Amino acid sequence: MSPSLKLGLGLLAVLALSAVSLFIGVSDVSLASLLSSADEDRPMQVLLISRVPRTVALILAGSGLAVCGLIMQMLARNRFVEPSTAGTVESASLGLLVVTLLAPGWPLFAKMLVAAVFALAGTALFMRLLAAVPLRSPYMVPLVGIMLGGVIGSLTNFVAYRYDLLQTLGAWTMGDFSGILRGRYELLWLSAGLTIAAWFAADQFTLAGLGEAFTTNLGLNYRRVLSLGLCIVAMATAVIVVTAGAIPFLGLIVPNLVSALMGDNMRRSIPWIALMGAGLVLASDIVGRLIRFPYEIPIGTVFGVAGSLVFLWLLLGRRRHFD
Amino acid sequence: MTSLRPRQVLLGLAGLALFSMVLFMVWNAKGAWDFVLPFRGRKLWGLLLCAWAIAVSTVLFQTVTGNRILTPAIMGFDALYQMVQTLFVFAFGGFAYLTLPAELRFLGNAVVMVGLSTLLFRWLFGRHGGSLHLLVLVGIVFGVLLRSLAGLMQRLINPNDFVVLQDAMFASFGAIAPTLLLISTIVLGLASLVILPLLPQLDVLLLGRTPAIGLGVNHKRTVSLVLGVVAVMVSVSTALVGPVLFFGLLAANLAYLIMPTHRHAAVLPAAALLAVIGLVAGQAVLEHGFGFDTALSIIIEFAGGLVFLILLLRGGNR
Amino acid sequence: MIRIAGLRKSYGSTLIVDDVSLTLPAGGITAIIGPNGAGKSTLLGMISRLLPMDAGTVTVDGLDVTRTPSDVLAKRLAVLRQDNHIAARLTVRDLVAFGRYPHAKGRPTIADENKINEAIAFLDLGALEHRFLDELSGGQRQRAFVAMVLAQDTDYVLLDEPLNNLDLKHAARMMQLLRRAARELGKTIVIVLHDINFASVYADHIVCMQAGRVAHQGQPETIITPEVLSLVYQLPVRVELIDGQRISIYYQEDRTP
Repeated sequence: MSPSLKLGLGLLAVLALSAVSLFIGVSDVSLASLLSSADEDRPMQVLLISRVPRTVALILAGSGLAVCGLIMQMLARNRFVEPSTAGTVESASLGLLVVTLLAPGWPLFAKMLVAAVFALAGTALFMRLLAAVPLRSPYMVPLVGIMLGGVIGSLTNFVAYRYDLLQTLGAWTMGDFSGILRGRYELLWLSAGLTIAAWFAADQFTLAGLGEAFTTNLGLNYRRVLSLGLCIVAMATAVIVVTAGAIPFLGLIVPNLVSALMGDNMRRSIPWIALMGAGLVLASDIVGRLIRFPYEIPIGTVFGVAGSLVFLWLLLGRRRHFD
Repeated sequence: MTSLRPRQVLLGLAGLALFSMVLFMVWNAKGAWDFVLPFRGRKLWGLLLCAWAIAVSTVLFQTVTGNRILTPAIMGFDALYQMVQTLFVFAFGGFAYLTLPAELRFLGNAVVMVGLSTLLFRWLFGRHGGSLHLLVLVGIVFGVLLRSLAGLMQRLINPNDFVVLQDAMFASFGAIAPTLLLISTIVLGLASLVILPLLPQLDVLLLGRTPAIGLGVNHKRTVSLVLGVVAVMVSVSTALVGPVLFFGLLAANLAYLIMPTHRHAAVLPAAALLAVIGLVAGQAVLEHGFGFDTALSIIIEFAGGLVFLILLLRGGNR
Repeated sequence: MIRIAGLRKSYGSTLIVDDVSLTLPAGGITAIIGPNGAGKSTLLGMISRLLPMDAGTVTVDGLDVTRTPSDVLAKRLAVLRQDNHIAARLTVRDLVAFGRYPHAKGRPTIADENKINEAIAFLDLGALEHRFLDELSGGQRQRAFVAMVLAQDTDYVLLDEPLNNLDLKHAARMMQLLRRAARELGKTIVIVLHDINFASVYADHIVCMQAGRVAHQGQPETIITPEVLSLVYQLPVRVELIDGQRISIYYQEDRTP
């Protein structure tokens, strides 16, 4: 099978999942009911206001997080780094909390920018920490990130506790797409743009991952590439945290799975990573919606189980791959 | 002469612990002794049990695993406890679970916990004992898995059962039932009695597996026994206050730092006393000084996370 | 006397120790030499019941090491392996004191304290007694571990490459010390060595292993020969008699005709 044919099949699978996602829910939306009703009728309205935005949001968030993970893994030269193992998610939540407290009236976009700035600062701090200490094992990198995230997270918790915002905070840290409606997800298109930007800069990230000396030797500005990568990651993470909440380990497992399946040629693998990220998130959300119908289980919980299982398998089962 | 200094330190710690307890009991009591003393006394008793269970289980765990950054909580032991609780409610239904005698519930939990955690531990350390960092990472991810699984099951059971479960898992200090306190005290006492004759062996275990065997310690038996005790203690503390990820790490490492000896006979009480001081004084100050109620655990997480990062980055552990 | 019969150990499909039968005499120094991967350390590990064996038996003074309670054995046989990592912060004296554990079980008597002092003095560690292990150089730490093993005061002392981390001076001194321990204290010392010249000069008996089997054993005169060594190490080795000591020379390509 040719690579493009395979990619086409992958795309088809994601489209199929999207179709399933469109037609699942309490409110009856089926092809027949859609065709037999007018635009202002209930099925069409549900489809346009809730189902389509939700499905699009899932696809955008999934592919965005997966590509973020890939960029971070390239830049930190470690396979276990992603927004939730580098303090990025926690920093974004802190930023969002701070701006919610200090400037509650700001539009969502401005809040998202503040969250992105915090995410950038937190991730940069993580990279500084990594550069500052000798790393004795590849597993230390995500450990440092998770602990940094924990410290930032408890700070956030404390502030939220003081101002009675713990529940709001929970919504940002625990991915849940059930609240996605038209008019409340469009920021995610930004993450799509960033994903495409990452595709174009893919080769540069690969090089930057090889280190400052190596990059400079090839005539590339290391700091600029690094900053570009971190900015993309921070923005995309902030957008996702603001709109739907983070999904743990997605950015970690997707690039690893794709790399196991087809190697590490970034240009070739990025479309696959985006597709697989979208597919996994769609599938998890569908499972969360079906498993206890008509109630919904947030995707954060569903993916927490699936994601950590795959992560464990990556850690223990395929260890030789990483040594 | 060397044996005098540890004793002095212990006495000092005991004094401080006593002071924190008095502080906790009388601060802001405003003369309403009839109400305040029994109410706070029960709360204090719960805090003391917790401090003891968390500190001792962490030190034991670190001795047996030969490092100073792993704790039972980081390895997902308390997530395991929540998981077991959820499984019980899931399997039997909330009402049936509730009608069981408290002693039986506790015992059942503890037995399953000891079994499962021993399995988990064997599996982790048997196959992957080589790399400490891998082990910690696996433990953390395992914790996420167990918590997510528990979360998933909690959403699958019916809402009434869920309320039962929440009560079972997060008994707040004010509401700890006297029976639970009594059972916890007895269980902790027994677990501690098991440890008492093992103290010299525990010192030898600090040298690591091979030297310990060379010195005639039955390594496998001792380690299994100690791990069983750790599992019981973690069950008790989790049943009392829910999960606390970093508190044990703080108490244990502080104890290593200030005790002039490695002997468990001194380090274990020191860690427990430090834990008492931290929990009781911390709770008193936050509750009566600042009027916060549940913020203590958040502050502990913050400080503990920082200490963990520092330990990790300083890399004094291989 | 240590008797080894039909000893076998494999990891997965790789045979590490392959049907070794051997008698190690009581008294004196027995050196185990051989190329990397010959199974020396594994053999030592099984003799000292640190590693389980797949087949065979080992007896120390008639005691089967797999059946005798570990604490009984610990009074007869002391063992020190490589890579001793300790997470706790211990002083040199703390460590040496652990050697008395099999006898004192955590309650040291005056006699135990004396043994500790002797071991510290024997290894010339008096000045470092109260220093923490993590403040010492690799060589000093190595000496502290050997002192612990000597404080255990057993008839048999098994050491796995104790000269690792030691510079020339300390390596030579360690071997002299072990010889003194054998001669003056009557101990039986079994030692895995990489440096064949140390084995030649200090050992009373040499066991030469190759690919999991005992290739040769006997007195140094019969083992330290160009024929045996060249074959075992797959390298041309010349042996010269210098001051009555048999010294192997293998640092350059053999230039003798």
